Amino acid sequence: MKAHFLNRVTPYAFLAPAGVIMVIALLYPLGYMIYGSFRDWDPSQNISETEFVGIKNYITLFFDPAFHESLSVTLIFAGSVVIAEMAIGVGLALLLDRNLRGMSILRTLFILPMMIAPVVVGLMWRYMYHPTVGTFNRTLKSMGLQGVDWLGQNALLSVIIADIWQWTPFIFILALAALQSLPRSALEAARIDGATPWQQIWYIKLPLMMPVLVVTGLLRLIDAFKVLEVILVMTEGGPGLSTEIVALRISRTATEFRELGTAAAMSNYLLILLLILTLAMLAFTRIQEARTARLARQVQEES
Amino acid sequence: MQKERQHPAFYALLFALIFMSVGPIFLMFVNSFKLDVDIIGGTTGLLFLPTISNYETALCDILWYEPDHLDFCSLKFGGAFINSLIIALISTLLTLIIGCMAAYALVRFRFMGRDSASLTTLMVRMVPPAVLLVPVFGLWNNEFCIGKETWVGSFIRDTLGGRGDVCLAGTHSGIILIYIAMNLPFVIWILQSFIVQVPRSLEEAAKVDGAGPFQVFFQIVVPLIQPGLAAAAIFTFRIAWNEYLLASALSDRNTKTVPILIVNNMSEFNVEWGVIMATGMLLAIPPIIFTLFASRQIITGMTAGAVKG
Repeated sequence: MKAHFLNRVTPYAFLAPAGVIMVIALLYPLGYMIYGSFRDWDPSQNISETEFVGIKNYITLFFDPAFHESLSVTLIFAGSVVIAEMAIGVGLALLLDRNLRGMSILRTLFILPMMIAPVVVGLMWRYMYHPTVGTFNRTLKSMGLQGVDWLGQNALLSVIIADIWQWTPFIFILALAALQSLPRSALEAARIDGATPWQQIWYIKLPLMMPVLVVTGLLRLIDAFKVLEVILVMTEGGPGLSTEIVALRISRTATEFRELGTAAAMSNYLLILLLILTLAMLAFTRIQEARTARLARQVQEES
Repeated sequence: MQKERQHPAFYALLFALIFMSVGPIFLMFVNSFKLDVDIIGGTTGLLFLPTISNYETALCDILWYEPDHLDFCSLKFGGAFINSLIIALISTLLTLIIGCMAAYALVRFRFMGRDSASLTTLMVRMVPPAVLLVPVFGLWNNEFCIGKETWVGSFIRDTLGGRGDVCLAGTHSGIILIYIAMNLPFVIWILQSFIVQVPRSLEEAAKVDGAGPFQVFFQIVVPLIQPGLAAAAIFTFRIAWNEYLLASALSDRNTKTVPILIVNNMSEFNVEWGVIMATGMLLAIPPIIFTLFASRQIITGMTAGAVKG
């Protein structure tokens, strides 16, 4: 009897510390935020002293042009970053999937940008983009060309370039791993049938890599909505609102404008967006798993 | 595998890629040894007199001597560095222990609520720090407090000093708690794929020999998943070490971490490029060392994390 009881309790004992911490510091705060988003809330107030305002915060945001602006900046940023990184990363992986000396060095050095603090990445790029002191304008001028106003007129583009620099290696490494785990027999067969390299890439490699690529792209998209520090250090959201992504707007609404209720409502909008993306990713992997299972069963039945 | 001879253009491409990814970091490294005059004056290239004065300025509060070029130590970088180290190390260690146990439970046991627990872990992985900013700021400052009238509260106030209620905000443990919570879902997720590979027969054998579940876990399973633990440790440390937003909301004067210091100095009107690059370099060194020594584990962890959706 005692042993039986112990067996039933063991899994909960292993799970308890993680459960307690995640409930206290993740789930409870999220619930608190949803509760707070329906209230007129000032940082100096305790939440029980605040006034219930219904969905006023959500409505205000829905018609707020500044919020629209930062939402569209976020979507442009995340969209273009993911498309560019997928194209460059997968392209490079296809190009460099061969026996090259020095590949392992490249892979090691390629991860460096991802590991370094976003704050430091922002700092490096802010220096390189500097109108007079910066590396880019100095190089342009020494070649006799006009300097570019990187963080002024082209701020969003500059921020996107910095993110591409930091995160393309992520796609590259995952795409390369996917390429190298492809079934050799399919490629061999295509080669014997006389498929050109382009045909091999287009009809065999890319379709076979697709499941991994979709998950990688979605992961990157979710992460692109979290980017904050790089932009904060490089432009502080400016000039104007041109690089103020939603994450940055949340932090400014909370700390500068001191409207916690609105910031909470904004966080909720962002959370819903990310929830949809995550659900899409989960659904995709489930469907994929079901499909491979069905195929495996078919093969078994036929043999 | 024999190495076939490849077209030289590939090596040129390889070289260009390495140059592009390391170039900016190398540039910061070089500039951190330059005086501001040299950085602004335009002596590009490597022709300059290297100086460690930027690092002396940055670390002035923990140096054992007083640098000549400083009359007042304004940048409390050393203290922030120690704070960062304490917070990152403790939160990494605790996340690993707690996350490893949870991952083991999710993989090895069938119990009520297992599916919902595992789904919750997956879902909260996407919560960005910016979303946690508002509730964590409110909770840590107002709710997670011990009143100063209560027995524990008055004890802490008497021994440590300070005024008001004893709250989580402004303490190391407050920041550590949120970092553990933020990293747990990811760690559990990655470690699951490593624990699945541990042969069940080993655990069964230990159980037959009379080992309890915790003994089996710590003496059989944990040693076998060390590569996974290494990967998880690096990713957790990286986030705890680099994070800015939540730390800036939760820390006070004495618990500032390095990223906060850098951002504060960047937003000043007159940026001292040399010093700021030195601080940036100091913040970047631990992740760089990890990358150079454990790139294999990092890549394994990355691929395990993405491919096993």
